[in-house]
Amino acid sequence: MTERSRISYNYAAGKLTGRRVKTGFLGKLSRYKVLLLMLLPAVVYYFIFSYIPMGGALVAFKSYDYAKGIFGSPWVGLENFRFFFQSGKLVNVTVNTILYNLAFLTVNTTLQITVAIMLSEVGGKYFKKIAQSVMFLPYFVSWVVVGAIVYNIFNVKLGLLNNILGFFGLLETDVYRTPGVWKYILVFFSAWKNIGYGSVVYLAAIMGIDTEMYEAAEIDGANIFTRIRKITLPCMTPTIITLVLLAIGSIFRGDFSMFYQIVGDNGLLFDSTDVIDTFTFRSLMKTQEIGMSAAVGLYQSILCFTILMVTNAVIRKVDSSSALF
Amino acid sequence: MKRRIVSRDKLAFNLISYTVITLVALICLLPFLMILSGSLTDEAYLAQHGYSLFPMQFSLDAYRIALRNPGTILNAYGVTICLTLAGTVLGLFLSSMTAYVLQRKDFAWRNYFAYYIFFTTLFSGGLVPWYILMINLGMKNNYLSMLVPGLFNVFNIIILRTFMSGIPSAITESAKIDGAGDFAIFVKLMLPLSGPALVTIGLFIALAYWNEWYNAMLFISKSEMYPLQFYLYNLINSMQAKNTLMMGSGTQMEQLPEETIKLAMTVIVMGPIFLLYPFLQKYFVKGITIGSVKG
Repeated sequence: MTERSRISYNYAAGKLTGRRVKTGFLGKLSRYKVLLLMLLPAVVYYFIFSYIPMGGALVAFKSYDYAKGIFGSPWVGLENFRFFFQSGKLVNVTVNTILYNLAFLTVNTTLQITVAIMLSEVGGKYFKKIAQSVMFLPYFVSWVVVGAIVYNIFNVKLGLLNNILGFFGLLETDVYRTPGVWKYILVFFSAWKNIGYGSVVYLAAIMGIDTEMYEAAEIDGANIFTRIRKITLPCMTPTIITLVLLAIGSIFRGDFSMFYQIVGDNGLLFDSTDVIDTFTFRSLMKTQEIGMSAAVGLYQSILCFTILMVTNAVIRKVDSSSALF
Repeated sequence: MKRRIVSRDKLAFNLISYTVITLVALICLLPFLMILSGSLTDEAYLAQHGYSLFPMQFSLDAYRIALRNPGTILNAYGVTICLTLAGTVLGLFLSSMTAYVLQRKDFAWRNYFAYYIFFTTLFSGGLVPWYILMINLGMKNNYLSMLVPGLFNVFNIIILRTFMSGIPSAITESAKIDGAGDFAIFVKLMLPLSGPALVTIGLFIALAYWNEWYNAMLFISKSEMYPLQFYLYNLINSMQAKNTLMMGSGTQMEQLPEETIKLAMTVIVMGPIFLLYPFLQKYFVKGITIGSVKG
């Protein structure tokens, strides 16, 4: 709304300065030539690195041969997709991707909102600052470092876990051979790495709330828990909805760096930790099944596109101002 | 401020909050302490007694051996520093230039171009066609393979565009009347006025380059071209970790405190982030607040 009024202001300003504005395509072209040149790097960049690969997705329907290139390789129809389907991995990796993302979303959102609300209410200024700084720390290290940390906690020889287990007189466990626990490990480290960032985002939303509301509620005798439930949470809802929708839009996209660095190429754990992205990567780089890898990638892109369109259409119906596009 | 007695509900809430936040903060901090203390502990002692918060048997052996042959580490540091500098300067300039044009309200085609750029987040060809393209462009063992993929980022462009569109257009309008060209307005007016947003986005870009390992894994096979994180990754994962370290040094294989070297190397890799941390954190918090204003 504000944008529209600004545009009309601009047009008015243009008229006031009395510049002759050329209309028509060629007129605009000459008037915009500097702006167009400034856009050129981005246009060329996205053409090469995004739009050409979109066309290259054809390789999913071909039997790829390095020597012949994408266009020279023979067509095989849906063979690559059939292969993916028959490998039994389709359901496995798709379900894993969705469930992991849902778990990350639920746990991370809950934790981040809780911490943000607590940080906004506690009094101690230094406590708040230090706590926030410390919680933000994991966000800055790479997944490689997180992988190193995970390794140092769980490796059999020296790992922290077995130290603790040994201390209590319990049996040593080789976590790297126990597929069942990795879902908890992954959820834990996702929460660990993102809590600082996420809580700052939610804290920013809380800071935007009008303090008069709290004062009024306090005078009316509402206790702190009621204030949080009746003022803070409802006021945060738009932010929460936007972030949850963004996450749902990428529910078919696994965080490759995280899964790959924490789990690695450990075949024992694939059934419980393989997501679409790690499977695509492995098919391409390790087993060299290029055609199938491309088919998986295209399958994922179509799923992502569909879910984005659906979520956006739903938001548009419910509340058009918070639609993503 | 009025002085008042803290009510019981507030007291209960504070008790819970302080406990929970302290716990969460400790959990965030402990793994780093574990790595640091482990790297300063004697390997044999570590193997027997395990990790502790403070090094119980202090030893600098791991660092001494890790740094005996500093060539490879310094090299990896060099690659990462160059990559981060080049990527940040170039990426920041290109993204802000794009953002500037996309927010110009008198540019009638801005929405077409915005859609052209933003569409790439909705649909992609997937990893394989992109990988084949990169190989065909000669990116194998080419530093550009680590630089180019991070140059543009749609979300950075959106945040910069939002920030720039909040700058009063009267300022640029008057410059225009004075005869300044579009590019001059961008460089001389918009860039200085976008300072806070540029610092934040610059740090986002820099952090991404600093932590880069993925493109190195896909495209770089020469160890002298490894960036820092990928160097660490290889050190931790490869069975030849010993041999790379042994090159040129006369130590016996069996003497190497392998595990603590890994820990020491992790500390060496994390070092700069921790040194710059207060600065980094401040601007990130600011940036997230700027970015989330629009939501």
